[in-house]
Amino acid sequence: MSNLNVGDRLAPVVTQPISRYTLAMFCGGSGDHNPMHVDIDFAKSFGMPDVFAHGMLSMAYLAQVLTKSFPQQAIRSYGVRFAAITPVKATVTCNGEVTEIFEEAGETRARLALTATIDGGVVTLQGDAVVALT
Amino acid sequence: MGVDRKFIGQTSEDRFVDVEAGQLRLFAKATGETNPVYTDEAAAKAAGYAALPAPPTFAFSLGLLAPAQKGSISEMGVNIGNVLHGEQRFDYHAPIHAGDRIRLKTETVDIYEKKGGALEFIVQDTTAHNQNDVLCVSARTVIVVRH
Repeated sequence: MSNLNVGDRLAPVVTQPISRYTLAMFCGGSGDHNPMHVDIDFAKSFGMPDVFAHGMLSMAYLAQVLTKSFPQQAIRSYGVRFAAITPVKATVTCNGEVTEIFEEAGETRARLALTATIDGGVVTLQGDAVVALT
Repeated sequence: MGVDRKFIGQTSEDRFVDVEAGQLRLFAKATGETNPVYTDEAAAKAAGYAALPAPPTFAFSLGLLAPAQKGSISEMGVNIGNVLHGEQRFDYHAPIHAGDRIRLKTETVDIYEKKGGALEFIVQDTTAHNQNDVLCVSARTVIVVRH
């Protein structure tokens, strides 16, 4: 991926609809045992209509845009802002685009803008990453 | 009602967590990861890893698997049902693999409010060193508390 240019888009990642089973799996897989994501009674007791997906599940999906295009060892930084809640049954579409190519710490690096969107085009995560190209 | 600002600057105790291959495989399955590098040790080694690598966001899970007592949000009196994840950032310095023993330390670096106190933001920085005292990941978490 050393021939990247500003404006290039990475291969997107589109998930299956997030089921309650997915959330239960991620509860155990991630160690995030917050009942808000798996127990509808708990969610309702805090004024939420239903459980909703862990933000970190979408952040993991969005990271796959990076790891499908680059070896993980090349990722220097990765951050997101969680902009909206991801409801159950949402399909998450993850995209990345090159915004800058620059030299730093003796490496050629690319800065990427990352977004996760759900059905209806709602942006749920807005992020950025830096990867080493050389 | 609000979070006591005395927690700003407080640092957690050191916490230790063993990175287990089974946990990494479950994480991969839960996130729909199909790249064999994350589940198959031979594929990981062929890709240049010493063992199964922890995927990019797994560093956050390490903190959940070894939660802080001192300076935790529950110590701050925050109920888990009222929190949202606001922001998350990782800076990667060295890989984390299955078999590593990671030492975590978390500092609360800021607490502030918006919307007249209806929302409070807790900013925490965490470092993850491996068993050789190499800094692997530094992370920043912003937690939003709904009042």
